Amino acid sequence: MTAFERLVTGLVYAIAAFAVLFMVTPLIVTVAASFGSASVFTLPPPEWSLRWYERLGSLRGLLPALVTSVQIATLSTAISLVLGTMCAIGLTRGRVPGSEAIISFLISPLMLPGLVIGIALLQFFREFGLRDAWVSLLLAHVVITLPYVARTVIGALSLFDFTLIDAARTLGCSYVGAVRKVLIPVLGPAFMTSGMFAFLASMDNYPVSIFFSDAWTKTLPIQMLQYVEERPDPTIAAISTGLILLATLAMIVGDRLVGIRRMAQF
Amino acid sequence: MNIATRLRSLPPAAALTAPALAYLSLFYLVPLVWLFTRSFMGPVGPTIQPYIDLLSDPFTWQVIGNTLRVGALVTLVAFVIGYPAAIALSKARGIWQIVLLTSIILPLSVGVVVKAFAWQIVLARNGLVGQILVATGLFEQAPQLLFTEAGLVLGAANVFLPFMILPIYSVLGLMDPRLPEAAATLGASPLYRFIKVTLPLTLPGIVAGAAFVFSMSISMYVIPSLLIGDRFQTLATLTGRSFLFMRNEQVGSTTAVLLLAISVAIILSASSLARRVGGVR
Repeated sequence: MTAFERLVTGLVYAIAAFAVLFMVTPLIVTVAASFGSASVFTLPPPEWSLRWYERLGSLRGLLPALVTSVQIATLSTAISLVLGTMCAIGLTRGRVPGSEAIISFLISPLMLPGLVIGIALLQFFREFGLRDAWVSLLLAHVVITLPYVARTVIGALSLFDFTLIDAARTLGCSYVGAVRKVLIPVLGPAFMTSGMFAFLASMDNYPVSIFFSDAWTKTLPIQMLQYVEERPDPTIAAISTGLILLATLAMIVGDRLVGIRRMAQF
Repeated sequence: MNIATRLRSLPPAAALTAPALAYLSLFYLVPLVWLFTRSFMGPVGPTIQPYIDLLSDPFTWQVIGNTLRVGALVTLVAFVIGYPAAIALSKARGIWQIVLLTSIILPLSVGVVVKAFAWQIVLARNGLVGQILVATGLFEQAPQLLFTEAGLVLGAANVFLPFMILPIYSVLGLMDPRLPEAAATLGASPLYRFIKVTLPLTLPGIVAGAAFVFSMSISMYVIPSLLIGDRFQTLATLTGRSFLFMRNEQVGSTTAVLLLAISVAIILSASSLARRVGGVR
């Protein structure tokens, strides 16, 4: 290696190291702030304490928001998994003309501004007299979660060799049995990771959900942002630490199921 | 062949695509088209008056300028950090690969409110970045970063960085590692090798990543709310606030359509660009 090459390689690794630090900093800072005793953030905190965690229970509105978010995320993920998988099978087995365009359409909600989708749906629902916040949230969240499922399951299915199912059937499996013994094990990891990302995307969504929340129905990010704007104390850091823990658990599960390398396939 | 016979000639499995397509048509496509057409409907008939009003206001152009400038800066910062990181990731093995992947995927699954809130702490006057800048001796006193455009760009680049790294990493994974080696055996210098082999092969990933980051940063709402505040408006924050606080849906719909038009233009040009640079292979 020439000196110049070594310099460039060194620079690449230095920037990569910086990128790692840059990406994990917000998470570390949040966790550190949640265990500090001061109400104004100082790093490192003068004293460690759990007082912000103790205050979580007394925060009004937090628990209902968490419940709403989990309900909406679970249901919209389940609906997306059903719709997305059916669609993926239809696309790979049905020789549908223009399937490339259909896939782009299915994934496009990921690329368009959430705010615009939210406003469009708000006006649309109003026009048809749908005023129920919870139902509106669910209908809107399926639009957000479906692309995650569609992208991953279509990808996994297009790599699946369907003659394996025929092979299993010649060996005496029933059709349902062949699907259960051959297709499900192959697609399982894709279901799990795409479902996980869909769930987290729904839990995290703010720009679409904000248009459908009312005084009684709020999702967690909306309630959290409201707290931050009213009273930015480390109680928010304590909630955030809980969410970081959830994401870490999801990642460990995902790694066990498909391996972290496949989760990075984009 | 008419549509009915064409439909009948499809294998029955094709019908399985119907529920998802019907759902997205009804709860996504139709509302967007609805929003678009309604923004051209005045009290008495079709009109482009709202657009004339909006675009003749210098404030709107300032807002559009803010939106595009911040989007471009965030994309640039994400690219400068993300490209070397993607290269390092594709070469990393063992524990380093796991460290890199974890630090990309974990933040990806943590909510934007959490991260924007964290950046409020990091960028505060006596926060982490301020302390580091003072410690390096570059600044005598911690600079104001929170509620500035620099702080916004830094925070947004952080949130969107994984969306730059992952597409580039994907194309690097598809690249035959023997190609740069072959170029080296043929006598190509490292710089020439990079410009003639690695860069063109990673262009589709760069285009995809840049399109992702740009379209997300022009439409972000939570991050500017927490990191820069009300004085600075982009198309997205103006749209959101018109609906949520000012109750001026007329302006909100018009700016929403502008934002939609810019996003669609980005998606279309990125996909045609990706096809063209992908075809070079």
